[in-house]
Amino acid sequence: MNEILRLDNLRKSFGNVEVLKGIDLTVTKGEVVVLIGASGSGKSTMLRCINFMEIPTAGRIVLHGTPVGQEVSGRINYVERELTGIRTRIGMVFQHFNLFPHMTVRENVMEGPRTVLKLKPEECMRRAESHLGKVGLGWKADSYPSQLSGGQQQRVAIARALAMEPEIMLFDEVTSALDPELVGEVLETMKELADDGMTMLIVTHELGFAYTVADRVLFLSDGTILEHGTPAEILTHPKKEATKNFLRGHNSFRLPEPQLD
Amino acid sequence: MGYEFDFSAVFTNWQLLLIGLRNSIILGVTCLTLGLSLGLVVGTMRYARAPVLNWPATAFIEVFRNTPVLVQIMWFFFAFPIISPFEIDAFTAASLGLTLNTAAFSAEIFRAGIQSIERGQWEAGKALGMPYLDQLRRIVLPQAIRRMVPAFMNRAVELMKMTSLASVIAYGELMHKAKQISTLEFNPIEMYTSVALIFFVLIYPMALLVQRFELKLKDAVRS
Repeated sequence: MNEILRLDNLRKSFGNVEVLKGIDLTVTKGEVVVLIGASGSGKSTMLRCINFMEIPTAGRIVLHGTPVGQEVSGRINYVERELTGIRTRIGMVFQHFNLFPHMTVRENVMEGPRTVLKLKPEECMRRAESHLGKVGLGWKADSYPSQLSGGQQQRVAIARALAMEPEIMLFDEVTSALDPELVGEVLETMKELADDGMTMLIVTHELGFAYTVADRVLFLSDGTILEHGTPAEILTHPKKEATKNFLRGHNSFRLPEPQLD
Repeated sequence: MGYEFDFSAVFTNWQLLLIGLRNSIILGVTCLTLGLSLGLVVGTMRYARAPVLNWPATAFIEVFRNTPVLVQIMWFFFAFPIISPFEIDAFTAASLGLTLNTAAFSAEIFRAGIQSIERGQWEAGKALGMPYLDQLRRIVLPQAIRRMVPAFMNRAVELMKMTSLASVIAYGELMHKAKQISTLEFNPIEMYTSVALIFFVLIYPMALLVQRFELKLKDAVRS
């Protein structure tokens, strides 16, 4: 086992509302894990706890065998400095892209390496070229985000996260804000990334994508992992009633195979 | 009636007026520079969640926004020296009053500007591993300041007008010089009219600039 990330009994509450009720998960290097579930099931919160955009209420996150935070009399204390360091090693892509509108595409991608990693300008430049190339947008390097389509913006956001050369990438509903005809190019980029061996955790409603790309699918319901397994096990042969209901909702209207040749 | 206007004394005293104008500008520029810098610090504190930062900043802003500048200037000139260990001349007292007043107003501009930036921008910086101050410095402020420029230019206009209040503690700015000359030459009409004109020529272009900028910003938002 080549464990890269482990969640031990992860819990998160907002006020009195417990959103995550004890999540256990081990992710190995190069694995692609897709999280599905109804809205409010806790999948986004789970993702956001992994890079400490949200601080877990209880439980432990273990990165490369090293638990994050110090345990002091039963409670985990987190030091902002340590969390900042963790975040540089975990890339995140958001639903609404969140590109920096006052910077060009190239500057967006260089920003992390420059400000956070404090790399030499030539190295930042090299990373920007290489990762923009990887998402197929080298030719847009001097444009501003507002001049790009939503799909292009999201691919730049992926390049921006990749430029930190992270160990894990988190994708939080990255195609939900896109017009339907732009979803494909972003999913295509993510598939290439998966084929390159990147470790990825993906929250998505694109079940076809999950079926094709995931190594493992988790179905979250009410803050727990209700069912997990291979894409075939979860998406085509679900066992739990909640999973079946969820898939029914996603499958109520379907095209027969369109002829696209 | 039948008043004979005579502007000759205005012209024979042009050197005094020029010194006054220079002092007005020095006072205005000093207070604007210091006030905006202090305002950025106070505004950031005001935005912070920690009560140790937030509370003093709020108190500072409310005190200086809700008392007259004239009272502040008089207080720093007549009251403050009694409790302070060092001498305070008219320029220092006027600068203190006007700087702190400008800081209080611009702190609110900074806070509102910072708040106008979407949460996602902070989060994107945070996810890259930026500490809070880098998120502020690299991501949020460059965007927020663009939106704040018209408001700051308005502050500059207001401040330039307020410098004339320093005449009450005998700081030798334009208004004070005019008062002196008009007492000697018995020409208040000509003297104060001229001073009003000088201020107008100084400030009107600034006001025009603000208007142009606001229009430009509106266009930028639309496109």
